[in-house]
Amino acid sequence: MQADATPSQANAASAALPDGPIALKKPNDAFYTTWSLLESVTDPEIPVVNLREMGILRAVRQTATGLEVVITPTYSGCPAMSQMQDDVVNALSRAGVAARVLTQIAPAWSTDWMTPEGREKLRAYGIAPPHPSGCGSPVANVIQFSSKRAAGGAELTVACPQCGSHNTTETSHFGSTACKALYRCLDCLEPFDYFKPY
Amino acid sequence: MAAYFQDYLLHLADNAVILGQRNAEWCGHGPVLEEDLALANNSLDLIGQARLLYQHVATVRKDGKSSEDLLAYFRDVPEFKNYTLLELPHSTALAPTTSGDRDYAVTIGRNFLYSALMVLVWEGLKASADAQLAAIASKSLKETQYHLRHAHDWLLRLGDGTDTSHAKMQAAINHLMPYTQEFFTPSAMETAVTKTGQGVDTGPLQAAWNAMVDEALTQATLTRPAPGGFVTTGKTGVHSEHLGFVLAEMQSLARAHPEAVW
Repeated sequence: MQADATPSQANAASAALPDGPIALKKPNDAFYTTWSLLESVTDPEIPVVNLREMGILRAVRQTATGLEVVITPTYSGCPAMSQMQDDVVNALSRAGVAARVLTQIAPAWSTDWMTPEGREKLRAYGIAPPHPSGCGSPVANVIQFSSKRAAGGAELTVACPQCGSHNTTETSHFGSTACKALYRCLDCLEPFDYFKPY
Repeated sequence: MAAYFQDYLLHLADNAVILGQRNAEWCGHGPVLEEDLALANNSLDLIGQARLLYQHVATVRKDGKSSEDLLAYFRDVPEFKNYTLLELPHSTALAPTTSGDRDYAVTIGRNFLYSALMVLVWEGLKASADAQLAAIASKSLKETQYHLRHAHDWLLRLGDGTDTSHAKMQAAINHLMPYTQEFFTPSAMETAVTKTGQGVDTGPLQAAWNAMVDEALTQATLTRPAPGGFVTTGKTGVHSEHLGFVLAEMQSLARAHPEAVW
């Protein structure tokens, strides 16, 4: 539980940022070079997708005290977050760019912020990409969760990333990390991870 | 007033860290591999929530002396403000020991009763007058929904399972239910933060919690025990004999090497 080297300044940063993801990387962006440098920084647990594709990278901006990179944490207890923070700093410093990394928790990260190419990379890597995250009341979501299987009818199926079959079954709500559930394909019989909607 | 808000943040943080510590006892000892992983992930979420809350307390105090580590590892039993329910061993025995046999029905029953409360509390705290607590609530809600779903499914599976699993699940619910009275018994701290709009009053949440619990117990073919019994007081700092043992295990390393950096 060591304090991060760069203190979180969620409140200070939140006013300046819009509610959604900021996965912008446009050639005319003032920080295009920085965004491009950060393309090499991946999720240490899922090395095929980078932080922008995951919706973790929120903003790159110039402040009075220097360049700032704003990232948003995924799960509260995700052990990869401090690694990602270090990786951002290291990637930039290797290119001779000094920057501070800020962690902003509001609005909360959502799997809906993953980019389409990020989802496709997950699938190709063997992880079924997340369905849209739930909306509505938390209780309704939970009841919907549990009755999905019981009702059987209108269930959201998860396609097997190996063979594409929708004939799959959940073996465990939690997989190798908090963000994934464990599934098995009933056609090709391969077990696979499903990135849970968050 | 400010002191009450800090206490309230500590109450939320201590709930998360103590249940996280308890559930982590299953790490390497889960009944099946998938459940071992599930409980480890559940603990990771809870400890992550606790970290955000402790960091917020340290920021709010502005005394330069508080940190998440000091708050988690260098406070003693009377300073912890978690619900007594969350410090109980995974056992229905009257005089259990931490090293005794763990009963998964108690683990599932407690996670269900607590998560069912917390989806309602986090939902309410999304509108907290304190922006940082509202932000933490939005994140924690997403995680708690998965904890509730996990516990709910196992409650049904064990309750509506074999004669043995049904009997154990019923015994666990009978054992745990009296402790949930503490959820809905007001404290000075909660009354104060409800007034300022920083916290939520659990009183109006009780009907929704009851509905969730009753529906799940019915589906699981379990019976809700008659209300009553001693009302525990963990959130005011008066705990059962079990918390000291939890803290001893959780804090000993940090206290043996104060301010260690790795």
